[in-house]
Formats: sequence, structure tokens, C-alpha cells
Amino acid sequence: MLCQECNQNEATVRLTKIVQDKKTEIYLCPECARKKGEFGLGEDPLSLHNFLTAFMGGDPEQQKSRSGTLTGVAECPVCGLSYGEFREKGRLGCARCFSNFADQLKPLVNRIHGREEHRGKVPVRTGGLIRKKREIEKMRKQMEKAVQEENFEEAARVRDEIKKLEQEMEED
Amino acid sequence: MSQEKRVQKEQSKWMQGKGPMSDVVISSRARLARNLADFSFPSREQKEDLQEVSRQVVEALQDLPYRLDFLALDQLSELEKKALVERHLMSINQAGPGPEKGLALDRDQMISIMVNEEDHLRIQVLYPGMQLQDALRLVDEVDDALEQKLKYAFQEKWGYLTCCPTNLGTGLRVSVMVHLPGLKMTGNLQQTLQLVARLGLAVRGLYGEGSESAGNVFQLSNQTSLGLREEEIVDNISGVIDQVVEKERQARQELLQQREVDIKDRIWRAYGLLAYARRITSEEAIALLSDLKMGIDLQIIEGIDSSILSQLMVLIRPATLQLINNRELDEAQRDIKRAELIKEKLGGGEKHVR
Ligand SMILES: [Zn+2]
Ligand SMILES: [Zn+2]
Repeated sequence: MLCQECNQNEATVRLTKIVQDKKTEIYLCPECARKKGEFGLGEDPLSLHNFLTAFMGGDPEQQKSRSGTLTGVAECPVCGLSYGEFREKGRLGCARCFSNFADQLKPLVNRIHGREEHRGKVPVRTGGLIRKKREIEKMRKQMEKAVQEENFEEAARVRDEIKKLEQEMEED
Repeated sequence: MSQEKRVQKEQSKWMQGKGPMSDVVISSRARLARNLADFSFPSREQKEDLQEVSRQVVEALQDLPYRLDFLALDQLSELEKKALVERHLMSINQAGPGPEKGLALDRDQMISIMVNEEDHLRIQVLYPGMQLQDALRLVDEVDDALEQKLKYAFQEKWGYLTCCPTNLGTGLRVSVMVHLPGLKMTGNLQQTLQLVARLGLAVRGLYGEGSESAGNVFQLSNQTSLGLREEEIVDNISGVIDQVVEKERQARQELLQQREVDIKDRIWRAYGLLAYARRITSEEAIALLSDLKMGIDLQIIEGIDSSILSQLMVLIRPATLQLINNRELDEAQRDIKRAELIKEKLGGGEKHVR
């Protein structure tokens, strides 16, 4: 099969894109694939190689986690940001980008902040469930402490409150 | 006077230069980055999205417990925009081109909210002196009030979602502007700033590159925003600032004890030039005002308010100076008007000269 971009070289790379819930596939030669900038080739010269072997028969998912650098990531279905653009500028385009590029973003975030998870403020509106989850975690610790201190009355009281919160969460 | 003009001419609260540790700390700032969940970020330049963001923000502002005026930035002149940057109410980036940019300001110019900068919202609170706790409290309050009307982009793991991954988590950046002439003169500045950097803070000279700064004014801020609670971020930087203030005060005392004539000579020369010069550049003025402020804080010079640096470091900058004079001025004219303004602020200065 010939490359759909240059129509000259043999296509060895299949690129899957999902744009607004529509899946399109194009077949490219390695050179055009590189030019498209859809692949994380910048840092790791091996990743093209990895991806090619993956395409030729290996498991791309497995390959992805092993090489660390991502190949052929789909663009964000909401704002259309491509992985190449994200790599180049280091900026995200919308809230959805964070789940779309989560695997690639994770090592970057850890490197920048030296920490993995948010521990600060949680908004009322979009964080209702998380607020309750944190509250429950806190109360579990309270309950354990009460049990250790053999303050069973207190422990029972906290347990009932936790149950109430958990019920509320299910109703949400 | 139009609303825009008033915004430019009144003093910002932080320029009044009072507050704890104001002998060293010029201002404290807390800034939150926020985005709305359902719209693409400004970097995507989707005009319809940004228009809707701006509309929703303006509506949310109506219901706040503070009175904020909203300025659509495409309605302002270049000069007016630059003047807002000069008084630290918005970023240089925000003064540049881009769709649907706005700025909301309260009367004291303590609260400023940039709309459609790098993120949909940059909520900033600016206090004089060392008042980071208060700044955090107020910015948190404004954030709560806005959130009642706006749906923020938020995720459990990475917190508030921001355009640049460096702001993820709390979206909080706190910065403290400090005046360090003593450490500069004793030759301990580099060492101190390196220590500050090693403690995890970012250091930026205000009028210069890297660790050089014309007025010995530096901005120290947190580097990371994810994984710590907001209060922890503020506590960490406050601890470092306490040490820096202590070192600066020690340096000044050391100078006074060991090089008294040197230091007094320098301060009075600064006063002389500022009070009598007929033309002066920004750079020269800032350097001399730095010496003058140290003289006031060491009580070598009396009768001049120590806020002189905080005020004039803004008022003598090119755009603000032109707005005060109500006309465009070229560089040579600005140097003359700058000298006049400084003389006036120093209370005439020419009592003995005919
Ligand atoms: Zn090709
Ligand atoms: Zn996106």
C-alpha cells in the first residue's frame, strides 16, 4: 500500500484519529508520519522504531506503556488540540484535553510539581462528590482513633455519619 | 472623568506602601488560575467560546459582594493598557492582542480579575506590605463567590485545570515583592537569592534580567501549585520571606555600623539628585529611589513617606507618566516631566534655591 500523503513511499504507519466521534484512519510512510508531527518523536529516537514494530504485529498498547513516549495519540475530540501541538507548546486546550492526553501529561506533571495529586481546595459545584469523599476519609480516621481509644460511643456516632454521607453520595 | 481614566489615575492600595514589614516588603500578591468547564481555553482562540466566557463572567460579577468595574480591553488605548501593566494590575500578555480580553477592578485596585488571559480567569489580590494570609483569604472569598455562578474545570487528581501544566492543582501563585538594597551593598544578595531558589521559590528581578534589578526590587514566588494545600503554599513562602527580611535588616544595620559615612553619603546624594535634577531616566530614578527609601526606613531622612518608592516606581513609568500629563510624550520630554513629578512628590525640594 502506498502512503496516502505523498503517494510514493510504502505506507508502514497507520494513524487513527477520532474527530468528533468519527474515527478516520490514514496510512502513511514513516517520513510523512514524522512530518505530520502526530508522534512523540522529539525526544526519543526509538519511539518511531517502537511504534513501527508495534504496527507490524506487536501490541500497540503494550508498546505505548513500555516506551513511555506516545505514538499516534488522537487529537482532543472537543478542542481539536493535537498531541504534536501539545508537545510543542506545553499548553492544553480545554478541560477534556486532560483526559485525552492523560498518559502523556502524567510524567510531565510529576516532573514539574514533584507531587502527583491535588490536595487543596475543591469547588462546591464541580467537586461535590469529591468533597464528600474527602469528608468520609477524614471521618474514617476519626472513627479508627475513637476505636483505639476505646471510645465506642463516639466511634458509633461517626460510623452513622459516614453511612449517611455514603447514602447521600449514592443518591447523587 | 471617564471610568477608564479614573481607573488609571487613582492610587492602587498596594502603592500606599503600608502594612507589616513594609521596610522590606513592598507588596504581597495571591493569584488563582481558573477555567470554565465547558469552553476551550483562550489559546485555542475560539471566539464564540471566549465571548460566552466573558458574558458569563460579567454576569457573575454583578452578584459579587464587591463592586468591580469591568473593562473590555479592546476599548482601551495602548497607553491605558500599558499603564495597567505598570501598576501590576494585569500581565504584559493581557495587554497584547487576543479575542475577548477583559479586566475587572475594584475601587481600591486590590482585586483584579483578568478575563481570557492564558486561562479564562486569573483572579488576583494585591496588598501592600507582607499580608499574604490576607491576600489568600480575600482571593479565596472572591473565588467562592464567582464559583456560585460559574462552572469551573476541575478534576480530582489534578485539581483546577489550567492551560499550562505548571499551574495545575490549586492554580495558586503567591508572590512577594521585596526591596533588598542592604544585601546588595554588603555583597550578600547573590547568596541570599540562591538560598531562596534552593528553598524552591522562583526569583525574578523587577527591572532587569535574571538577578539584576535596578531598584533592588525582587519578586519571590512559589514554583509549584500541585500537591500542597493553599495554606501550606503560603506558609512555606512566608517562612522564607521572614528569613529574607531578617537578613536584609541585619545587612542595613551592619552598613550603618561599619560604613556610616558611606551609607549616609549615598542616601543624601540620592536625595539631592532626585530633588534637584531637571531630567532623569526611569533607570536612574529607580536606583536613586531605592537608596532614598532605605534612608527613610533607617530614619536617616525624615519627613518623607516611605511609600515614596512604591508610588513612584509606578508613576514615573512611561505610560503612566503620559496619562498623568494627559498627552503623549517622547523620551526626552518624559525625562523632564519625570524629574518634575519626583520633585513635586518630595515636597518642592527647592526651598533654598532661587
Ligand atoms: Zn509519504
Ligand atoms: Zn481539548
